[in-house]
Amino acid sequence: MKIGTKADLEKMREMGLKTLYPGEVKISVGMATCGLSTGADKVYETIQKEVEKAKLRMRVAQTGCIGFCQREPVVDILEPGKPRVFYQEVTPERAVELVHRWAENEVVGDWLFCKMEKEDWIGEDRFWNYTIHRIPKGLDGTPHYHQVPFYNKQLKIALRNCGFINPDHIEEYIARGGYFSLYNALFEMKSEEIIEEVKRSGLRGRGGAGFPTGNKWESCRKSKGERKFILCNADEGDPGAYMDRSVLEGDPHSVIEGMIIGAYAIGAHEGFIYVRNEYPLAIQKLRIAIQRAEEVGLLGEDILGSGFSLKINLFRGGGAFVCGESTALMASIEGKVGEPRAKHIHTTESGLWDLPSNLNNVETWNNIPVIISRGADWYSRIGTEKSKGTKVFSIVGKVNNTGLIEVPMGITLREIVYDIGGGIPDGKKFKAVQTGGPSGGCIPESLIDLPVDFDRLTEAGSMMGSGGMIVMDESTCMVDVAKYFMDFLKGESCGKCTSCREGTKRMHEILTEITEGRGKLEHIDLLEELGWVTAEASLCQLGGTAPNPVLSTIRYFKEEYREHIINKRCPAKVCRALLQYRILSNVCTSCGKCAKVCPVKAITGKRKTKKETGEPFNIDTEKCIKCGMCFEACKFEAIEVQ
Amino acid sequence: MEVSKIDSIIEQYGGKKSAILAILQDIQTVDKYLPKEALEYVSQKMQIPLTDIFRIATFYNALSLKPRGRHKIDVCLGTACHVRGGGKILEKLERDLGIPVGETTKDKKFTLELVRCIGCCSLGPVAVVDGKVFGRLAQDKVSTLLKEFK
Repeated sequence: MKIGTKADLEKMREMGLKTLYPGEVKISVGMATCGLSTGADKVYETIQKEVEKAKLRMRVAQTGCIGFCQREPVVDILEPGKPRVFYQEVTPERAVELVHRWAENEVVGDWLFCKMEKEDWIGEDRFWNYTIHRIPKGLDGTPHYHQVPFYNKQLKIALRNCGFINPDHIEEYIARGGYFSLYNALFEMKSEEIIEEVKRSGLRGRGGAGFPTGNKWESCRKSKGERKFILCNADEGDPGAYMDRSVLEGDPHSVIEGMIIGAYAIGAHEGFIYVRNEYPLAIQKLRIAIQRAEEVGLLGEDILGSGFSLKINLFRGGGAFVCGESTALMASIEGKVGEPRAKHIHTTESGLWDLPSNLNNVETWNNIPVIISRGADWYSRIGTEKSKGTKVFSIVGKVNNTGLIEVPMGITLREIVYDIGGGIPDGKKFKAVQTGGPSGGCIPESLIDLPVDFDRLTEAGSMMGSGGMIVMDESTCMVDVAKYFMDFLKGESCGKCTSCREGTKRMHEILTEITEGRGKLEHIDLLEELGWVTAEASLCQLGGTAPNPVLSTIRYFKEEYREHIINKRCPAKVCRALLQYRILSNVCTSCGKCAKVCPVKAITGKRKTKKETGEPFNIDTEKCIKCGMCFEACKFEAIEVQ
Repeated sequence: MEVSKIDSIIEQYGGKKSAILAILQDIQTVDKYLPKEALEYVSQKMQIPLTDIFRIATFYNALSLKPRGRHKIDVCLGTACHVRGGGKILEKLERDLGIPVGETTKDKKFTLELVRCIGCCSLGPVAVVDGKVFGRLAQDKVSTLLKEFK
């Protein structure tokens, strides 16, 4: 069917509600990349087969990621009259059991992680309440969704639909309020009013730089050009950040709706979504979403009969980090190599094919429909004075709970790491949080009460970036981290500016010297100088921010650098050239496990058997390649690293 | 590679020069790399200088001028995987396969490459084999992983 009126949209909503909340049991499996990497596809198949085999009246559905990626595969069950329950770490065997137990009105407590009694339809300012009159056996004591520490402080605007809808069903997106903002924008608002609303909301670009979105739109609208373009940056290249992947895989229509509203406000009739090559599933979901939107008349010619037309093209990247930079991205779409150019003239004036172009990232676009439906006043009440709304972060690394979180701006790092993230595993000590990807820096423990927003992170020598937060503990070496980022950047520098091409390479060389025990104290000054030149003399922000990982680690962890240089010691026990593995003879039980796993046969000794007493094992330091296999294999902590 | 196949790929994009990256990516899906002859043909057919095509083919990491093996292993070295030992997984694979990263085994079975983040950071370290993602890896799981691909 083609949607032409608001009544049609409502009809579509009814259709979506029928699959979202069918009159029978519905089992949904989270099948975003994180779910699939832990076997969600097998779980899905198993449940389908089991339901068929046992002739159960249950529907099996697919959905995106609900954020707690670490606990994947996540499966939830929804049945009329009962609370919704969420299971974690579901295997095919577990799936069979939990399906059968559910049929007998029971839950399997061990694998449950929460229950839910209502859904927050934030775009429409209301809750969808489940009518509950029957509680499955064993559900008492299971925490509510909002009582789970991981979700407790979250406020989901960008991730509003992820894990709740089937991303391939446009009807389900519409059912939860989707495309109603577009309808209102097209028929009840002038372009200027939309821009004014976005400006007043205080929304700043979520790609990292934090430029005010409304101002960007306004300058693109005012620019003269025979055609204008609307672009979506889904080239999420920061290692450690994957919020855009999750949004595209779980809720692609939210981005498309945002883009159509933006295109209408700016006066663009053609658009591109530039997606990373490394995100095949996101590309697939977007392709389906664009096609469905076109089929029902929400995209293409004469959208909803308004007379406004927009064509959106999908562009697959080629695996180049620099293409996340606006001018490089545009060059890439033009069929050139992705090299940035000087931005004396903004892309809003002269961008793609030298025509006015407005580029925003996935999360920015995805916020737009909610800003339109709830209004700028509501949106701007969330967050801090200069950073409004929420931000999605991927909290990963050395932290107990890893996954995607969405929190109001201004929340402190402590709340993120300890309350949501659950602290550091294995009783280790927190050391730093790395934010902003290769453009960002490491924030030390002394700043853990820092409120997280665009400006405060920049003041601390890091930046917001796209939202990756990599937690580091005492076993992470900060010099190694700096070296890691320089290695990344020297490979990804496009090579156009000498300062960036050579600067990142030289910084990497110096850091390698330091981590291999050949460092000199003057290297620290040299790194600072090189960093300054690289930042000042490079054209784009890849080079402009490239030294941040080095400079911020020198700023906060200078002692660690000195320890490597003066005492030839890596306190975190990471830099291999400075390490030695040794077996503690008084702890060794002569089990021989270490010798068995050693790939270079550097470990010898006499294994203990039933008949004979063994002798402690020994590592030949000449042969040892320091791979750490023995250390990981030893159950008795008999191997010491120095 | 057959010329007719290349023709149909170019046709799919309406022969647009700006679609060169997509065209090369599609050609690559056939043989898993870009054979020299194919590039020469594209250059001639689309009237794009071979130097320009070569520049694009060497600029983008996704494109390869070297033949690849039957199975392609990408080890993720994004930041989260790095701090959780992704480098050790890569080294273990290098040892087990007997090749450095970027190379293909003699029997043409495996090509070992690295990727900078596939966005699966919560389950690091991860690796991708023929498009399938494997999470929560450890050095001692690598042999089992390789056995899955015969």
